[in-house]
Amino acid sequence: MSRLASVRGQIERLGSGLSSQVWRVGFASRFLAYMLLHSGTALRRFHLTIAEIYFAGVLSLVIILVSGLFVGMVLGLQGYETLQRFGASESLGVLVALSLVRELGPVVAGLLFASRAGSAITAEIGLMKATEQLSAMEMMAVDPVARVVAPRFWGGVLSMPLLAALFSAMGVFGGYLVGVQLIGVDAGAFWSQMQAAVDLRNDILNGVYKSIVFGIAVTWIAVFEGYDAVPTAEGVSRATTRTVVTSSLAILALDFVLTALMFTGGNGQ
Amino acid sequence: MQQSPVLELQKPIVEIRNVSFGYEAARPVLRDIDLAIERGAVVGIMGQSGCGKTTLLRIIMGALAPTRGEARVLGRATGELDRDALYAMRRKMGMLFQFGALFTDMSVYENVAFPMREHGGLPEELIHDLVMLKLQAVGLRGAAHLTPTELSGGMARRVALARSIALDPQLILYDEPFTGLDPISFGVIVRLIRELNDSLGATSVIVTHDVQEALGVVDYVYFMAAGRVIAKGTPEEIRASPEPFVNQFVNGKPDGPVPFHYPAPEYGADLELAGA
Ligand SMILES: Nc1ncnc2c1ncn2[C@@H]1O[C@H](COP(=O)(O)OP(=O)(O)O)[C@@H](O)[C@H]1O
Ligand SMILES: [Mg+2]
Repeated sequence: MSRLASVRGQIERLGSGLSSQVWRVGFASRFLAYMLLHSGTALRRFHLTIAEIYFAGVLSLVIILVSGLFVGMVLGLQGYETLQRFGASESLGVLVALSLVRELGPVVAGLLFASRAGSAITAEIGLMKATEQLSAMEMMAVDPVARVVAPRFWGGVLSMPLLAALFSAMGVFGGYLVGVQLIGVDAGAFWSQMQAAVDLRNDILNGVYKSIVFGIAVTWIAVFEGYDAVPTAEGVSRATTRTVVTSSLAILALDFVLTALMFTGGNGQ
Repeated sequence: MQQSPVLELQKPIVEIRNVSFGYEAARPVLRDIDLAIERGAVVGIMGQSGCGKTTLLRIIMGALAPTRGEARVLGRATGELDRDALYAMRRKMGMLFQFGALFTDMSVYENVAFPMREHGGLPEELIHDLVMLKLQAVGLRGAAHLTPTELSGGMARRVALARSIALDPQLILYDEPFTGLDPISFGVIVRLIRELNDSLGATSVIVTHDVQEALGVVDYVYFMAAGRVIAKGTPEEIRASPEPFVNQFVNGKPDGPVPFHYPAPEYGADLELAGA
């Protein structure tokens, strides 16, 4: 009897949890639509957006560059280790570049961006809400979504592809350091094979598309969580955590979907 | 619908008629509120914390629509306005939030300039002069370059006041303007509220639970309890009010219609004397 009741209770909790998640996705979508409709200010007064690009970019720049370097160096080591077994160590440049441009660049840069800039955006908007700065703005007949949220959204969306590109470039440099300078792979082969094998449309552009999609996802989640935060210190800290968790999962899931769409069709021929 | 401006000026600037409101349908926060605020006055809306004062203020500023009744502000029913009309109305209103709500990523100067930049399209020299004028009015012209984190509580409140009068509002709303101020800052804010009201030819509404302090500032008082207006009148009339609740508040008595004890079971039962 009581067991049945507890099972029932669990099912009910699961159901209400699920339906409230669905509601949240709905709210977030309406929020996105409203924000896009009210992006005029962010685009007309573009210095507002530039300031946010600077904010998001500068915040993430160091961590992106350092991580890119190390990831590239590890790729150099691991790649050489495997390739030389097949006598293909000259292809190290190709391996490093393709891994970075197609996958690691957008994905790792996206994850770093989410935890550095995404969380900062959520905390900033959430604190502005908790300290009634957003209400004050509304009382001055200024729409906080147009004035505060939209510039941060566009700033994040525009920064992310640049950061992913920097990550990949740094990674290639790291691979070069380890592969060519340290291990002694032929520099000419390293670069020329890379140049020949990396395709502009298939590899580079697809990587850029990925980083654009990740940038939209992370920044959308970050601004929504901030705007929707419970306006207390605890509420803001919860929202910040949710931003990092949700956007990291979103990046990984989207990466699978995008990879399946982009690279399966082309490789068959 | 459209009335002559002269007639409009003789009517109250805020008219709340029979307004009820609840955040949830089951729990009304405001019940049958009636009040009228005349132009030029400094009016207090007073009562215990949680009695619905801020909610009433949100209805006046059009952030909430009444569930029943009508709120007319500056001659228009706020519940019926669309976003643009509401924003147009708010440009004629200033609001001082409880803790100032200054923009923490901007200097004092930029905070006061903010409403002018957003709405004015004014040249930079004019904005500069206007900001200095407003800061001079609250005595903080010298603090223009500071950031909000460098200000004391009283100074932050004054900067917020300068910002809320940036566009020369006809109606200024204050939510708990006296909370957490030392006696000197309190005196400064009291003087400013009166001075700004009279020099701008504005109308001021002060929402507060600091009843004794506020009675010295206002021309007229509405006294609220549990979502209703239970008394109204001049400060003298309120001080002399026979209503026990008002009396308890005005004299700051710890026990009365508002009990000292939160509702609880019998003391003996809680100490488990019954079982012994
Ligand atoms: N956003 C809200 N959602 C639900 N209930 C609220 C909200 N804001 C205030 N309340 C409730 O409404 C009542 C009146 O609150 P409020 O108007 O803030 O009182 P006061 O300003 O007089 O202290 C309180 O019981 C409070 O819990
Ligand atoms: Mg209040």
